[in-house]
Amino acid sequence: MNFDDTPQEAEFRGLARTWVDANAPKEFEEELSKSSLGRIRLAKRDMVEVGKDWQKKKSEAGWACLHWPKEYGGRGATPIERVIWQQEEGVYGKLTQPFQIGEGMCGPTVMAWGSEEAKRRYLPKLASGEEIWCQLFSEPSAGSDVAGLRTRAEKKGDSWVVNGQKIWTSGAHYSDYGLLIARTDPNVPKHKGLTMFFLSMKSPGVEVRPIKQANGMQEFNEVYFTDVVIPDSQRLGAVGDGWNVSLTTLMNERMSIGSRLATGVPEMFEFCSNLMLEDGLAIDDPAVRSKLASWAVKSNGLKYTSYRAISALSKGERPGPENSIGKLVSGMMLQDIAAYAMDLQGAAGVLTGVDEETVHGQFQQMLLSSPSMRIAGGTDEILRNIIAERVLGLPGDIRVDKDVPYNKIPTKGR
Amino acid sequence: MNFDFSDDQKQLRDQARKFLGERCSPKAVRTVLDGKAPYDKELWKGLAEMGFLGVAIPEEFGGAGAGHLELCVIAEEVGRANAPVPFSSTVYLAAEALLIAGSDAQKTKWLPAIASGEAIGTLALFEGTGNPSPKNIKLAASGGVLNGVKKPVPDGAIADFAVVAARTGSSGRESDISLFLVDLKAGGVEARSLSNLDPTRGQVELTFGNCKAEPLGTVGEGWSILTQVLDRAAVLTAFEQVGGADRALEMGRDYALDRIAFGRPIGSFQAIKHMLADMYVSATLARSNCYYGAWALSTNASELSEAAAAARISATQAFQHCAKNNIQVHGGMGFTWEFDCHMYYRRANALALGLGSLSYWEDQLIDRMRKKNAA
Repeated sequence: MNFDDTPQEAEFRGLARTWVDANAPKEFEEELSKSSLGRIRLAKRDMVEVGKDWQKKKSEAGWACLHWPKEYGGRGATPIERVIWQQEEGVYGKLTQPFQIGEGMCGPTVMAWGSEEAKRRYLPKLASGEEIWCQLFSEPSAGSDVAGLRTRAEKKGDSWVVNGQKIWTSGAHYSDYGLLIARTDPNVPKHKGLTMFFLSMKSPGVEVRPIKQANGMQEFNEVYFTDVVIPDSQRLGAVGDGWNVSLTTLMNERMSIGSRLATGVPEMFEFCSNLMLEDGLAIDDPAVRSKLASWAVKSNGLKYTSYRAISALSKGERPGPENSIGKLVSGMMLQDIAAYAMDLQGAAGVLTGVDEETVHGQFQQMLLSSPSMRIAGGTDEILRNIIAERVLGLPGDIRVDKDVPYNKIPTKGR
Repeated sequence: MNFDFSDDQKQLRDQARKFLGERCSPKAVRTVLDGKAPYDKELWKGLAEMGFLGVAIPEEFGGAGAGHLELCVIAEEVGRANAPVPFSSTVYLAAEALLIAGSDAQKTKWLPAIASGEAIGTLALFEGTGNPSPKNIKLAASGGVLNGVKKPVPDGAIADFAVVAARTGSSGRESDISLFLVDLKAGGVEARSLSNLDPTRGQVELTFGNCKAEPLGTVGEGWSILTQVLDRAAVLTAFEQVGGADRALEMGRDYALDRIAFGRPIGSFQAIKHMLADMYVSATLARSNCYYGAWALSTNASELSEAAAAARISATQAFQHCAKNNIQVHGGMGFTWEFDCHMYYRRANALALGLGSLSYWEDQLIDRMRKKNAA
């Protein structure tokens, strides 16, 4: 048992480190280091522009999407090399946020299901950040039950005509392409009538509207489709096989090993180490210590769980199912920590201004944003179902709509 | 990075699992639980023959000289099987204290006897209510004899020798505490059995009346030795706890698959699935913390004190959580003596206290994290 690189890994790390050191946009280092929670914002520059510059530079030197084959814009790197790269890219990895949906979900789906021509046309530009992709799956009536989606695609000649609405689309307003799942046959059970497409987000009839969220910010969008025409050549997989295709996408969403999720623990530890209560520092209070310790061991547990996965990759093995716990644990923890940090501030905990003496409204912002962590990319409940069914082997839920044609499924509870 | 056990170590774990599966059935555990034997002597002998008792004891002292990573994988299996043997008191506490502080003569006398299964050892630390602290140690040592009372002492009724924490000064500092080695069969000590939560591992009160004792380690350094012993034992016990947690989770999962209610397996209800998923989460977090503890223990890293506390907390929480909810998944049947759930519930809650309580270790972890941050 050790934490050392193999000689090949060490050599690769050396290359990556040297390159990052010589090429990273160091003027943003401090700003990027500070913003550990939530979306990244830069004070003076547009985040997407800076990200595109960085991604382009990486791509030219062979450091973009490095686990992809070379002909599609990657480096043909091994999974462990990808993890090492992420570690060496460090805070600059935050600049790649606009490309993560494309790299992590859309790209792999095109790679698995697209024609050779499509792969050569789209993947290299996705990898280099020249073209940004978004994912159009969730709908107002289809979140956890995404197979219940309503957006229709109807065949007209060699094309499809799309009408409907998607929601929670990150980056739709700056994306060039979107991966879209739509209903092509409402007369068969819901999983069987779906088809996957990709389309230009500049297509006539696509309208992107920002969503004002519960925390007051606007980070996601609704996307409306009105008679949007998609050529049949932009279909991925067979007609009616969209659910199967979407599993490629979603499997990749949950395979992000080595990406460290924010837990709020370091921030909370620092806060309690400095906060003066009536009887002394918060960290000297037994009740505070007990909670801090419990959170610290969870956060450590997540860190070492990812080390176990990295070790498996290093040996050329597939990581076990342990990594499925990451978001479930960190999401709840963020919310609990935020609430407790505010509790320690007493009545002043209600104040959210950045000028407040108690850590600039940091925990208040965390409290308001944390519900999304427990919903986006699989709710806590869906994640527990996945662990129960795929890891523990428990039976799937009884699905009352399984064999019912989609257009006969009730749409209202009462 | 190779943050995993080696193939050989995994093979040893499989070997231990197979052995304990055959030799330590729930029925065997119940023999001790029901008071028909103080511990499972045959199993103890078997563990010695397999080389498991001395796996971390150097060859020159009769052990296998393998190391602490090997001991960790065996500890996990001992916990999984809920083995009714004095493994933790003899191997994690007594043997480790000897390895850290024993003279050559002391090691030569006791370590080979531990490895061969001939000697059972324990640590006599607590004196009634309270957590590990120099202040709580009143038992007096002077002129080579001990006077005072220790309770609870794990496996004290069957132990051949004890490492005893005693007071040798009154300055109010840690240096008032020293460790002594006592041959419990040589007279001067009375043992009284105490009823306890987990009868598969006995607890006694030991009364020392002018009992002859020899120092273990330098007089005045007892507390610092004890801290090291407790840290090592915390990691090893954490592996036992993780083994127990995994077993409790499996029992709950298996029952949820078999039991039908409302016309379907109860494991198809989300209320049950989510409870089991949460058990899996805490067991996984604990296992990962334990691996870090194992690394620190096996390399004697400076991180050990923090890693041990984290492993201890995480594993205590996980085993308690899994044992408790295993009963809940079983419903009424889980509350019968006949079903095995309560054996894990008992063991989980007893292990949670044996080296000091959860709140004690939480306190320790925060102190140790602060120390590291300050450094």
